[in-house]
Amino acid sequence: MNDCCPTDTGAALLDAPVSPRAPGRIRTVALVGPPNSGKSTLFNRLTGLRQKVANYPGVTVEQHFGKLSGIGRSDLILIDLPGIYSLDSYSEDARVAVNVLHGAMPGTPAPDAVLLVLDSLHLRRQLMLAAPVLSLGLPTLVLLNMSDLMATRGGEADTLALAKELGVPVAKISATRGTGLDAISHFLDSKSDAPQAHHATRLELPVVGNARSYRQWATGISTRTKYKAPLSSEWTRKLDEFLLHRVWGPLLFLVVVIAVFQVVFTIGQPLSDGFGDILKATGDKIGPYLGHSWVESLLIDGIWKGVASVLVFLPQILLLFLFIGVLEDSGYLARAALIADRVMRSIGLNGKAFIPLLSAYACAVPAIMATRTIENKRDRFATILVAPFMTCSARLPIYILMIAAFIPNRRILGDFFGMRAAVMLSLYLLGFLAAFGTAWLLKSSILKTASAPFILELPQYRLPTVRSLGLRVMDRGKVFLKQAGTIILCVTVVLWILSHVPFHSDLPQSVIGHVGRWIEPVIRPLGFNWKIGIGLLSSIVAREVIVGTLGTLYGADPATQSLGLQAALRHDLTLGGAMALVVFFAFAMQCTSTLAIVRRETNSWKWPALQFGYMSALAYAAAFATNQIITHLF
Amino acid sequence: MNHGRWISHQIHADVKKLNALSELSVGTAAVVESLDLPDEIGHQLMHMGFTPEARVVVIRRAPAGDPTVYSIDGFEIALRRETARFIRVRPQQDGRQ
Repeated sequence: MNDCCPTDTGAALLDAPVSPRAPGRIRTVALVGPPNSGKSTLFNRLTGLRQKVANYPGVTVEQHFGKLSGIGRSDLILIDLPGIYSLDSYSEDARVAVNVLHGAMPGTPAPDAVLLVLDSLHLRRQLMLAAPVLSLGLPTLVLLNMSDLMATRGGEADTLALAKELGVPVAKISATRGTGLDAISHFLDSKSDAPQAHHATRLELPVVGNARSYRQWATGISTRTKYKAPLSSEWTRKLDEFLLHRVWGPLLFLVVVIAVFQVVFTIGQPLSDGFGDILKATGDKIGPYLGHSWVESLLIDGIWKGVASVLVFLPQILLLFLFIGVLEDSGYLARAALIADRVMRSIGLNGKAFIPLLSAYACAVPAIMATRTIENKRDRFATILVAPFMTCSARLPIYILMIAAFIPNRRILGDFFGMRAAVMLSLYLLGFLAAFGTAWLLKSSILKTASAPFILELPQYRLPTVRSLGLRVMDRGKVFLKQAGTIILCVTVVLWILSHVPFHSDLPQSVIGHVGRWIEPVIRPLGFNWKIGIGLLSSIVAREVIVGTLGTLYGADPATQSLGLQAALRHDLTLGGAMALVVFFAFAMQCTSTLAIVRRETNSWKWPALQFGYMSALAYAAAFATNQIITHLF
Repeated sequence: MNHGRWISHQIHADVKKLNALSELSVGTAAVVESLDLPDEIGHQLMHMGFTPEARVVVIRRAPAGDPTVYSIDGFEIALRRETARFIRVRPQQDGRQ
């Protein structure tokens, strides 16, 4: 290609950037860039720790914004737009980006300037995004990221020549190292002080929306500015030779999966338990100062215990996010998706759904938040809807209690495999089968996709930085606490009131006690009594709450007061009822945090309502079958 | 059985095969001719580099044999066979690496 944009591709002559907004101060800056251009790292650099995460209204795209305090301009707001390849509205992400840039997104101020981040290692393709962004006519600064790697790998990009071609200033930066960022301050200062000057040059831009003309335009500019692509990272290919090897690849993949599991359970569980003890001790310490009043009961038994039941998962959730962060930032996550694709395909999903489903073994909340890596909306929703079937750690307390109470500690396969382990494993398997079966069902009915392509970019391997991992973990932790915390707070207060009204009554005489007895006929066929009924109702907050509720109920009942909880349960339930209860928990959606996160991620109450209805119905049917079969067999 | 027709059918199938990106073996290079895909997917692929006249090299297959990793414009992109078979290419004889 010797010349830019031949006229036959329909190159349009446009006047160079003129701000459509009133000249004057810059208040809002938009950060635009393709995926994998290092945009998020730069955003973190520029805004520091004080960033806000929300959802754009009406869509499931996450909105990040923060003050530009990283370069001493706290008076300016930086909006991080989703990573996009073009401004063609083929994806929800791109539609959001276009709306924000045009100032047409409700609640988001129209940007006064644009920072366009491009990966300088792959400038020829990344420049394709420059064409539609520049045609917006906003004051723009083009940032060539990864300039440090560019230098070490022998690539060359001429910023002056590029600036001349593009009609806007161009600067080299390294977001990971934080170099070259003063160019951003200079740019913003010059645009803020002087009224917007008309550019003298006329800029030639290709026809909007035509990938072919964008490419020719980008190639033309690369050639004329004597862009020299750096040598491709040899060790990424060499590493892939091993990590995607026919035999070693899947083996290493398994090792990684097992390692994540092991760490979340062997380190995360004790951390969560310890944290839970601290929270309980804190509540016990504060309690006496409040006096024995209903205020103390509401604050400590109601709110504090409810909030603590959510907080207790925080260590495990953060640890899981740290792992996902390392996998994603290093570039391995894309390889894992590639390896898992074949298996996930059999249920109508793709490889990108694997890691979220794996995370759901610890907790469905981070799993559902991790589905953001799945671009296809229907695939993402299917993954969100089935994730709570995976056996999360909140199910373990009731599993352990019922198995210890009802299953004899008998060995069935040598010394290693006992009957109790077999029942536990079956429960894990049950959740897994329910998740896969439901995914298949969803993908062949309401979430059917005619042609959902699996397009996966394999980024080069990089060492994750402590800074970006820390920010990511903090960011996710904040979302979890805010979303799950607020809903949990409301539900706990309501449940506390229901279990304490009328005042000075015990649980069986309270409103919830009456409800428990009222629903008894409904749960009788499952082998449950009214106490279990109350337990089920109270565990809508969180699954593990049922153990505490049963403890309180059997402790208050004169007939079972003197017995331990396990003995009391044996006294009160049949084997069929007990197994029906664990099966019920394997399927039921007893988790307000998950419902809250599903509501946030799908941006509608429709999906969590559907999920709750479906899972409850399945749980009821399965528990009914379990009780009937066991009762008839034994 | 009409032998001649059978042979011509085979030849036709081979020509068709040669034209699909999915049929190239690992290590070969080709030039993209066109994308016979729905607009939404086609546009996305074009913006990721799969434009006519772009040079594409088959890098490796996933351990299960599918998807396949392709290199285009210095990027590595994995596509399933079901997508790659709708990308028509012109194999380059000297493309062996």
